[in-house]
Amino acid sequence: MLVNQLKMIPLSAWFGLVVIFLTAFIALFAPALAPYGETAIVGAQYEPWSDQYWLGTDNLGRDMLSRLIFGARNTVGLALFTTTIAFSLGAFLGILAALKAGWLDMLLSRLIDVLLSVPPLILALMLLAILGPSIPNMVGVIAVIYIAPVFRLARAAAQNIVVLEYVQAAQLRGEGTFWIIRKEVLPNIMSTLIAEFGLRFCFVFLFIAALSFLGLGIQPPTADWGSMVKENATLITFGDYTPLLPAGAIALLAVSINFVVDWMLHKSSGLKD
Amino acid sequence: MNNLTKQIGQRLALGVGTLFVVSILIFIGIELLPGDLAQEILGQSATPETVAAFRQELGLDKSPFVRYIDWLGAALQGDFGRSLANGRELSELLSGRLLNTLFLAGFAAIISVPLAILLGLLCAMYRNSWFDRTINTAALTSISLPEFFVAYLLILFLAVQNNVFPALAQVESATSFGDALYRTFLPALTLILVVVAHMMRMTRASIINVLSRPYIEMANLKGLSRWRVIFKHALPNALGPIINVVALNLAYLIVGVVVVEVVFVYPGLGQLLVDSVVKRDIPIVQAVGLFFASTYIVLNLLADILSILTNPRLRHAK
Amino acid sequence: MTDNTKQLLRIRNLRMAANTANGPLEIIKGIDLDLQPGEVLGLVGESGAGKSTLGLASMGYSRDGCQFTDGVVEFKGRDILGISSKERRALRGCQIAYVAQSAAASFNPAYKLIDQYAEGPLFHGEGNREAAETDAVDLYKQMRLPNPEEIGFRYPHQISGGQLQRAMTAMAMSCRPDLIVFDEPTTALDVTTQIEVLTAIRNIVEEFNTAAIYITHDLAVVAQMADRIMVLKDGQLVEEADTQAMLSDPQESYTKTLWSVRSIEKRKKPLPDAAEKPLLSVKHVDACYGDTQVLHDISFDIYRGRTVAVVGESGSGKSTTAKVICGLLNADKGAIEFEGNQLPNCFKDRTKEDLRHIQFIYQMPDTALNPKQKIKDIIGRPVKFYLGLTGAALEKRVRALMEMIELDPEIFMNRYPDELSGGQKQRVGIARALAAEPDFIICDEVTSALDQLVAEGILKLLMRLQDELNLSYMFITHDLATVRAIADDVIVMQKGKVIEQGETEKMFKPPHHEYTELLLSSVPEMDPDWLSNLQKQRETEVT
Repeated sequence: MLVNQLKMIPLSAWFGLVVIFLTAFIALFAPALAPYGETAIVGAQYEPWSDQYWLGTDNLGRDMLSRLIFGARNTVGLALFTTTIAFSLGAFLGILAALKAGWLDMLLSRLIDVLLSVPPLILALMLLAILGPSIPNMVGVIAVIYIAPVFRLARAAAQNIVVLEYVQAAQLRGEGTFWIIRKEVLPNIMSTLIAEFGLRFCFVFLFIAALSFLGLGIQPPTADWGSMVKENATLITFGDYTPLLPAGAIALLAVSINFVVDWMLHKSSGLKD
Repeated sequence: MNNLTKQIGQRLALGVGTLFVVSILIFIGIELLPGDLAQEILGQSATPETVAAFRQELGLDKSPFVRYIDWLGAALQGDFGRSLANGRELSELLSGRLLNTLFLAGFAAIISVPLAILLGLLCAMYRNSWFDRTINTAALTSISLPEFFVAYLLILFLAVQNNVFPALAQVESATSFGDALYRTFLPALTLILVVVAHMMRMTRASIINVLSRPYIEMANLKGLSRWRVIFKHALPNALGPIINVVALNLAYLIVGVVVVEVVFVYPGLGQLLVDSVVKRDIPIVQAVGLFFASTYIVLNLLADILSILTNPRLRHAK
Repeated sequence: MTDNTKQLLRIRNLRMAANTANGPLEIIKGIDLDLQPGEVLGLVGESGAGKSTLGLASMGYSRDGCQFTDGVVEFKGRDILGISSKERRALRGCQIAYVAQSAAASFNPAYKLIDQYAEGPLFHGEGNREAAETDAVDLYKQMRLPNPEEIGFRYPHQISGGQLQRAMTAMAMSCRPDLIVFDEPTTALDVTTQIEVLTAIRNIVEEFNTAAIYITHDLAVVAQMADRIMVLKDGQLVEEADTQAMLSDPQESYTKTLWSVRSIEKRKKPLPDAAEKPLLSVKHVDACYGDTQVLHDISFDIYRGRTVAVVGESGSGKSTTAKVICGLLNADKGAIEFEGNQLPNCFKDRTKEDLRHIQFIYQMPDTALNPKQKIKDIIGRPVKFYLGLTGAALEKRVRALMEMIELDPEIFMNRYPDELSGGQKQRVGIARALAAEPDFIICDEVTSALDQLVAEGILKLLMRLQDELNLSYMFITHDLATVRAIADDVIVMQKGKVIEQGETEKMFKPPHHEYTELLLSSVPEMDPDWLSNLQKQRETEVT
């Protein structure tokens, strides 16, 4: 049975799963894997690839490979943390709005509409201009922004469930709101939510990378894939693709997550598509 | 007809209302700024007198409400005040950059919209064929790539290794149209690659949705040709969703411009916005933010109204 | 039968398969079918029998995810599975036409009826637009559509379901096909509308001597329409005979069970004493959805141990009344009294005890049970919630309840709803209601989503439980046969008002209220001449 299910996983999803697990492994054991320290200056500027510095050194003479490995921990970890905040708040409020309906739903939905009426990147830039760029500010700002789409999805998914007779039966029985959310609604929208989590994580991850690239996200000297591209971009004009490696790492992980999410969505929608 | 005008009226009112709320929020942003803006700008060494004088110049001594009305009134007339960093009149600074941004976004849009709709349509028609699968995987990959990755890849291959296009998109007011197209080709291509992928996936999904309706099966059972079923029966009903997809992606395009402009050092609004955020030049951030937000809102509003207009159920009341 | 050139349709050993998660599944298992010009063949069977698939196969069409695996479909002696898709398209709509179940969904919302009518003839090169328009008006007239001159210039959403169904039949006729496939054309309609559509379809098919395949699950309907009947089950032919013979002398046991008239024996109950207080009283209730008033001054009583059927067509307010009783919709005026005590309007303000007394059984067994909960949890929750039982006591009670509804606890306790059949799910729904140990149960169309045999089992179970537990039922239904079989009292509703109420026996005997009469006379009967007689009768009444 399990073997059959494993066989059903398409190649793209396999690829995605392998990359995700590999990234998680690297992120978890970064200090053990990296040859040098995260911020240690170990050589001259822009040294080429060598036995000593496998991927050369960066604009300050830090080991590229080590920073790439620590970057996995920082960039991915922060993205995961931010997504988790946005996701738990958004999903909870969305389900609550669907179940309670009435004024609470109206109020929350209008608030979310306003949040969604401004493009995310612009909203983030404006908020960061006011608050000043720092890691906690960035995490807060992105979490607030991404509550909106999660709220929308969770609300819509929960609304489809709330109208079903078994939820009505629980309401008429006199069950409390939290019991109904936990036992009747949540189990039935879980697969939708998990796929959405993957998708949102991907967006948040790209978002953090973009902000860091613009110099407004994760601040130096912390190693981070987005800002590493920015710091070493000059090399590209000399035809050296080393600065593209962190960008490639971002792309690879994002593609992998999207492949897995796509497969999950495809599976949950049955054979309709 | 009555119902239709009512619906459109509602959307318009909602759009104007949202614009209003967003403008208030953007304005309140400054109020939230920790510490005193004047103090912040002049630095700790400034004497209390100069700070007070500067406050007056900024209008910080007036009540927030009065300042909001003043600011909005002036903004509506195209006067966004002066830059904090260099004291230049913003309207001058912005107009040239606004044109550049619109040029780049327009360039990308003109190519990507028809291309994406065509690809989406073909994928929907030949669903699950190898063509569909290839395009889909490519699109999925493309939307996962950070814009700056695509941009640098293009620079590496098309500007550095093969000197086909310039790596920096430098345009001035004197640049001729053809030359401008040549110089902005790489940034435009970056935008196109990302936006086409998004738009094509959404178009495909909305057409597949329409194709699963019983009236399409009916059209097939009436013996109509494949093309007639698609163009006469599916497309008119898919129009509303497709319009929404296009609007959403144009809005996305306007925003996507920010990162691309930074990579190619293109003198547009996006690059200005990023610079100003770093320098915390709040009036510029406000003005550019307001521009991006209103474009986004207006595009979405337009899509809403158009899809109401193309919905036969709403167009022909009971 | 042997002359292939004269025969219209000839299907031999047809096999079709559907793609499922576990590989291909055979849904048509080697069926033969013959149809002569001008003949009407009825395809009868329960859900999943493969009727629609077979109907579409006779046009050489298979839905997405289905494919032909074996067999021949010959139309006028030509194998239509073997020809090119272009040639097949030339046949469809022109020589073989299709009438779908839901006309509302099958008309393209973007075009006027007349445009969709004219499309076929123009595309197949049968005349010009003007001719098509005149022809459409003629056919609309024959289909007895109101305003035949103008109705074609309206959009589908501007017209009622019954009229759309007739317009679709007219559209199918536009090229004067030799064969029309009717796929449950009246299933979605109310009985009084169904009659009009059935009459119109029958007249026009006779008029043009068109052959037809008439697909339905309703035996009484097919008896009116078909010359010959084929009974299908699980993609196989069970029995085939002329309508008359099939009705009077079915051979196979499966067919016999389908044919058998309701075998429920209702025990006649004495009328309640004058002194007895009603269990539940609905007193002068008005209710609104938004600005539109949907219930007008509804009053009735329900006594202990009795079954009250609330009958009416869609939009009559019968389900709304149930909502008001359980507090899901607020009454604007009037009151609901339970054992003489007025209940709060909203269910949120009612006590746990109030809620326990009134239980609900739902129409759709698929959505009535949470697919992520085991059967024992679904049934056990009310026991724990209301009666506070836990551990071994709880399990014992759940087992007892499952035995009451005739499901073996050993087999079903740890299953999920998806692993149960429709009838079994409905039984679990009943057990969940019983678990609260209520006095009063609202049954909302509990059998309408089930096949006839299964429905009968459910009704019998409900009757037995009533006798054992002295329950009261409020039975909401549009099916008068069910009413006659199980109800002690009947309430007839129309447009939010109670039209007539009283004991079942009396209600089924004349004199009736005008609307009750219409409702009663519109229910198709097994007699093949019923529709003709009714038509004659109604015509003489008019003149």
